Amino acid sequence: MDKTIKTQEMVLNMGPQHPSTHGVLRLRLEVSGETVVKCTPFVGYLHRGTEKLAEGMTYLQAIPLMDRLDYISSMTNDVGYCIAVERLFDINPPLRAKYIRTMVSEVSRISSHLLWLATHALDIGAMTVFLYAFRERERILELFEMLCGARLTVTYPRIGGVRNDVTQEFIDTLYQFTEEFPDKIKEYETLINVNRIWLKRTVGIGVISGEEAVNYGLTGAALRGSGVDYDIRKHFPYDAYDLVNFEVPIGKNGDVYDRYLCRMEEMRQSNSIIRQCIEALPTGPIMTSDSPKYTLPPKDKVLNNMESLIHHFTLITKGPMTAPQGEVYVATEVPKGELGFYIISDGTGKPYRMRVRSPSFVHVSALPRLCQGGMIADVVANIGSIDVVLGECDR
Amino acid sequence: MLIDSTLGLVDVEEGIKVIPGANTIITTLDKFINWGRESSLWPVTFGLACCAIEMMACGSSHYDLDRLGIIFRGSPRQADCMIVAGTVTKKMAPVVRKVYDQLPEPRYVIAMGSCACSGNVYRSYSVVQGCDTFLPVDVYVPGCPPRPEALYDGIIRLQEIISKERMRWSPIR
Repeated sequence: MDKTIKTQEMVLNMGPQHPSTHGVLRLRLEVSGETVVKCTPFVGYLHRGTEKLAEGMTYLQAIPLMDRLDYISSMTNDVGYCIAVERLFDINPPLRAKYIRTMVSEVSRISSHLLWLATHALDIGAMTVFLYAFRERERILELFEMLCGARLTVTYPRIGGVRNDVTQEFIDTLYQFTEEFPDKIKEYETLINVNRIWLKRTVGIGVISGEEAVNYGLTGAALRGSGVDYDIRKHFPYDAYDLVNFEVPIGKNGDVYDRYLCRMEEMRQSNSIIRQCIEALPTGPIMTSDSPKYTLPPKDKVLNNMESLIHHFTLITKGPMTAPQGEVYVATEVPKGELGFYIISDGTGKPYRMRVRSPSFVHVSALPRLCQGGMIADVVANIGSIDVVLGECDR
Repeated sequence: MLIDSTLGLVDVEEGIKVIPGANTIITTLDKFINWGRESSLWPVTFGLACCAIEMMACGSSHYDLDRLGIIFRGSPRQADCMIVAGTVTKKMAPVVRKVYDQLPEPRYVIAMGSCACSGNVYRSYSVVQGCDTFLPVDVYVPGCPPRPEALYDGIIRLQEIISKERMRWSPIR
């Protein structure tokens, strides 16, 4: 008698309302028994038209929209956008502003990785890590609140510098945090690093080779987990990344577990970058005064000087009147991968076209490759390991 | 309050009387059912955008929504209320409505964040200008995103609304 169980292919719809799709991702899974035969992602459920909206706004007005692309680490998005506009207008921010930006970007990276760890572990079934990671994330959000008044959508960097200077209280609290944080990472790792269930769910799941990962366009930890040494902070340094020492963690096997290890090590490196930035923080202005046509005047001048007030007003409402024409593509390393801004300026105060190259969108396209042939239960592990945010993916 | 009788009725609160000796509470069915409903609101986990992150922060260790009797449920069939947390796009709106239709009665909706309240800065071709265009919203929580304290306030306001309901449990109203 034939004892094999005959299965029939069926279609399973996952999302957009699903707790482990990290937002509103929808997957159409064709399954045979427990095996995924075909996986088709559907995106666009959070398409807000950010690129089109930004074309109708001045360069400064568009910064708040960039916050809401990757809302988990809004600081890095703002920094990336500001750098793109600075390259377009040939603005060079002062050294102190560069250091502050690097510092807060790394704080943002830690907060993003903490949220990734929390949700990724929760999807796989480790509830404790979720609560532990949110405990530290809350401290980071309080730090952001101390810095600029907002917890999540910060709008802190400006074109040519940052909005306000850091206070001594902020620096002290942040330094205290960096002293305690490595122990907390150890705490998470004790919970799951050698946990047998965690290992069963992650080792050898969603394997992608380095060559294939490059072909799919993966960036960030999803690429480095496959053993490819590529980090924009290291290879095309911006801000103060060429002035600090850090290592780029590389994985070997390209599975979910290696990507997890990469991100955990990245948190340690970020922590060390923050400490170096605090220790080397130079004194000086936080906003450049070399190109007054494109950058905001200091606030005390705006309040006391008529000319500065008019300049501030026109710059915000109409944009820079004599913007140079041209186009620019600037890539920055955000927690998810390579975030690129492609801006075309036609000489008016508003961008003619603004395109966002979002890592999440590219990562979602690799999802079928990771999921096909695996089990249904591994789909959530794969979604977690490529770390997608749908706000950025759909834009 | 000093209770000096064991068999007589004692007013402990407006509309609630106790007989201490008989270990009995006398109240209206409205009050009793509303008390039950407001103290265990189970929302469906339905994060749409940025506000979902603050909703998660609200539900996790620091702010801890569990102490209000709130436990997030994965399925709308097991939930009482829906927190619309984030931007509702035109592609997403039918899905939101479907999830709402799957909630069993009585059901409540909290519109969390400026996007769900009014569309926020996203006055674009793809964004629904407020989820009240296709859902009956009970409580609006503005903010971009609202702080967890603001969401708390919204939930407490919803509990106040529930406690004032009359005959919602009855098929004849």
